Amino acid sequence: MQAAQPRQAAIPTADPVLLRVENVYKHFPIAGFGGAAVRAVDGVDLEVRRGEALGLVGESGCGKSTLARLITALLPVTAGKITFDGQDITTLRGAKLRRIRRKMQMIFQDPFASLDPRMTVGDIIAEPLDNFSIGSGRERGQRVAELLRLVGLNPNFTNRYPHEFSGGQRQRIGIARALAVNPSFIVCDEAVSALDVSIAAQIINLLQDLQREFNLTYLFIAHDLAVVRHLSDRIAVMYLGKVVETAGRNDIYDRPQHPYTKALLSSIPVPDPEVERDRAPITLKGEIPSPVNPPSGCRFHTRCPIARAPGICSEEEPVLEPHGARDQVAACHFAGQF
Amino acid sequence: MAQTLLQVEDLRTQFFTSRGVVKAVDGVTFHIDSGETLGVVGESGCGKTISALSILRLVPDPGRIVSGRILFRGNDVTKMDSEAIREFRGNDVSMIFQDPMTSLNPVTKIGPQIEEAMTAHNRFTPEQAKVRVIELLKRVRVPAAESRVNDYPHQFSGGMRQRAMIAMGLANEPALLIADEPTTALDVTVQAQIISLMKQLNRELGTAMMLITHNMALVASLCQRVIVMYAGRIVEEGPVEQIFKSPQHPYTWSLLRSVPRVDEARKDRLVSIRGLPPDLSNPPPGCKFHPRCPFVIDHCKTEEPSLSEVGPNQVARCWVLMRNVTDEALQVARTASISQEAVRKLRAISTDASSPA
Amino acid sequence: MALAQPVIDQPMEWEVAEKQVGLWSDAWQRFRRNRLALVGAVIVVFLVVVALAAPLLVQLGIIQPPNKQHVEFIESGIGQNGYLFGSDELGRDTLSRLMFGAQVSLSVGILVQLIILPIGLAIGLIAGYFGGRVDNMLMRFTDIWYAFPDLLFVLVVVSVFQQYTSGNVLFELLMIFGAIALVNWVNLARLVRGQVLSIKEKEFIEAARSSGTPPSKLILKHLLPNSLGPIIVTLTFGIPQAIFLEAVLSFIGVGIQPPQSTWGQMVNSGYENINANPSSVVFPALAIGFTLLAFSFIGDGLRDALDPRMRR
Repeated sequence: MQAAQPRQAAIPTADPVLLRVENVYKHFPIAGFGGAAVRAVDGVDLEVRRGEALGLVGESGCGKSTLARLITALLPVTAGKITFDGQDITTLRGAKLRRIRRKMQMIFQDPFASLDPRMTVGDIIAEPLDNFSIGSGRERGQRVAELLRLVGLNPNFTNRYPHEFSGGQRQRIGIARALAVNPSFIVCDEAVSALDVSIAAQIINLLQDLQREFNLTYLFIAHDLAVVRHLSDRIAVMYLGKVVETAGRNDIYDRPQHPYTKALLSSIPVPDPEVERDRAPITLKGEIPSPVNPPSGCRFHTRCPIARAPGICSEEEPVLEPHGARDQVAACHFAGQF
Repeated sequence: MAQTLLQVEDLRTQFFTSRGVVKAVDGVTFHIDSGETLGVVGESGCGKTISALSILRLVPDPGRIVSGRILFRGNDVTKMDSEAIREFRGNDVSMIFQDPMTSLNPVTKIGPQIEEAMTAHNRFTPEQAKVRVIELLKRVRVPAAESRVNDYPHQFSGGMRQRAMIAMGLANEPALLIADEPTTALDVTVQAQIISLMKQLNRELGTAMMLITHNMALVASLCQRVIVMYAGRIVEEGPVEQIFKSPQHPYTWSLLRSVPRVDEARKDRLVSIRGLPPDLSNPPPGCKFHPRCPFVIDHCKTEEPSLSEVGPNQVARCWVLMRNVTDEALQVARTASISQEAVRKLRAISTDASSPA
Repeated sequence: MALAQPVIDQPMEWEVAEKQVGLWSDAWQRFRRNRLALVGAVIVVFLVVVALAAPLLVQLGIIQPPNKQHVEFIESGIGQNGYLFGSDELGRDTLSRLMFGAQVSLSVGILVQLIILPIGLAIGLIAGYFGGRVDNMLMRFTDIWYAFPDLLFVLVVVSVFQQYTSGNVLFELLMIFGAIALVNWVNLARLVRGQVLSIKEKEFIEAARSSGTPPSKLILKHLLPNSLGPIIVTLTFGIPQAIFLEAVLSFIGVGIQPPQSTWGQMVNSGYENINANPSSVVFPALAIGFTLLAFSFIGDGLRDALDPRMRR
């Protein structure tokens, strides 16, 4: 029984990038329509660095949830490569893939649906331990109790069922389960979206504390930019299946380079009446196009306030290039020019 | 001159369930002036939705308005007969709900649904209604309104459906529109569109609005006054600027500080209110918030405070009040952290193969 | 104003509601509130008691052995000659035959379900979980099987195997059980598959997968327990189906053969004499009817009690 080693003492030549998503596509074919498909993820490049919290934001149809499931190998990719801790997980299957899961866990959105209603809380949290044959029965029991205590729940409740707990408590159980096997990487898929404001705050605080304590790396997916800004070191913005901008959390707010990012930021109301009175949000025209048939060229051009269409914006798809601050990239022909 | 449109006096609505009587709304008094936008804020179970349903006398079984008065332009809604109440609903006061997909009939086209709202009250003939529907849809900025009236709800996107709902709510030019979480189910850019639409409608039509939400930012954007509800009671009320700048009730204070702001660089911790909302069939003694309050004193546990004036037009239901809380107490309130003991034990229990990657 | 030290450390998440009713007791309470279901349950319990008590009553002399023919007392009315429910055209005690017939009906009803259960579960779980080609193949197979007329199939089975079982009641019973089970497993398989399909997409299954749970455990520990409700209901409704089918078989003479008495046989032999001796046909017909109703009420009650939407 050895204590967990702090990450900094690991192999000095370890790749600083823990997760690399390269040119990943995920298309869901629509039955009976020939080649038509929902192009949920349509060429995404992303990297998550060890020890950081990367926030991933976007609105409906942007593909962030699908991307989460590709990264955690709950769905197979249509094309592209995902490298986790040096291994290409897109080629793994069966038991080999399951072994990877020990280092990569996920916290889900719906606290009412993410726990098996027929299992006791203790069994739910112990399931990953059981899957990887970690520890003896007694050790598992101890670990489950301490995990409950860690997330702020009473360790005596291992025999209760999920329906006896509130939404926030269930989310804590989900977090305890994710931590059971001591993973290095946790994907939080809208982990607080379904919770009341003050409960969400508890969970956000908990996630921050846990990251600090256990040197975790997070991919934090949400539609709420304010929450994402609070929790993340870097933020990636997605639109209609592609990443349109990635930057540090302050850079993305102070100097957004992509017009969508700017519009998104300006749409978010702020709990301050004086600020709100004077604010005039950039309202985008139209609605989000369908992922079955994304616009030509730059996908955003149909709603973009500075698009040149017909023109380069409707003809040529921009790629992610450095713009703005040091660690900032954006995919726009006129990045920053607004 | 502000004219009082709606006056709710000591409203009590209770649910008679097999597990006991749930006091969902427990003595709520407030008013809305014509043309004004009032925000009603609170978390799940605080009674805000039931208050709104009570105003329209749409409280579902096994709930009932038990006592209190709801005066709309001087007439007591609780005493209206069924014909009067039908006239009242959808006409004087109408309501829009959170999820437009479930409030709209999926097998009827949008146009006829809105028309029905109008012809039901005999304010418009069917021909007039048809014309007016297109006007309404244009007013709520639905593009290509003439052809969209023939679409079914599932052919509209989420934002459009919500606009259609708003159009339906405004069809009979009500004096008061009650909106229950109108933007929660929408994307943020669409939400911005709806907010700006609501502001515009309020300016153009002078419709008063009761905005029910848990989203403080929405209130900051749209409302002039706000009431904060907890456990079926109002715990604070006042003009929006004052409430946001100096909230006096610890619950209001906690709510405001538990929401991350997009325009602020990362701070250390959000304030989080520990614990869960109370069981309304068996609420705690004294102040209903006391078990969760970071600033509780003994008096709070035994006697429930009444609403006291804490500023111009601002009232709060608290013995302590935020202005009396010391800085150190504020600091401590932010601090709670995870159990170090648990962390230690976990490191010790970690079995062989479970060292980090 | 003195402010108490804010108590932060012991989180209130430690508190949880009073231990609520467990999942099954919650269902049981709901079941109990359904009067028809309770009536059904009482009838079934009564039937079981009757079936078990039959040999005892013979010993005590209250009823005659079911196959004992008293030529001198044929076609007695109710209460005549010591026959509580009368006797049939061969002088056999109707009540006795009813009670022994209950044994057959109940065992057919229940045991058939026990045979159906593994078949339906296996096919449904595998088709539902693996989907794709496997699902297609299994479902086409099921469709073909389903298209076969039940009665015809059973007749075929019976006529083929009858020669091996003649005289031996146990083998006869097994043959009937098997035949009925073979025509009725389709419903369960389809239901299980449907359940699996709907549960498969739920978040807790995704969560289990991302925890590294292999497919076998997913099926057995997650999918199966969450489908139990509808499975139990289907099995319960299957009981009257099987009982009825057996009665029909006996009625047309291909089921359990005399001398073992079954309700179907009683109706068969009794209906010709319906005017002269109504009791010998009315009682078995009523018995079949009430038994079917009872199980149907129970099935309805179980369906409502186990409906997850009604819980919480």
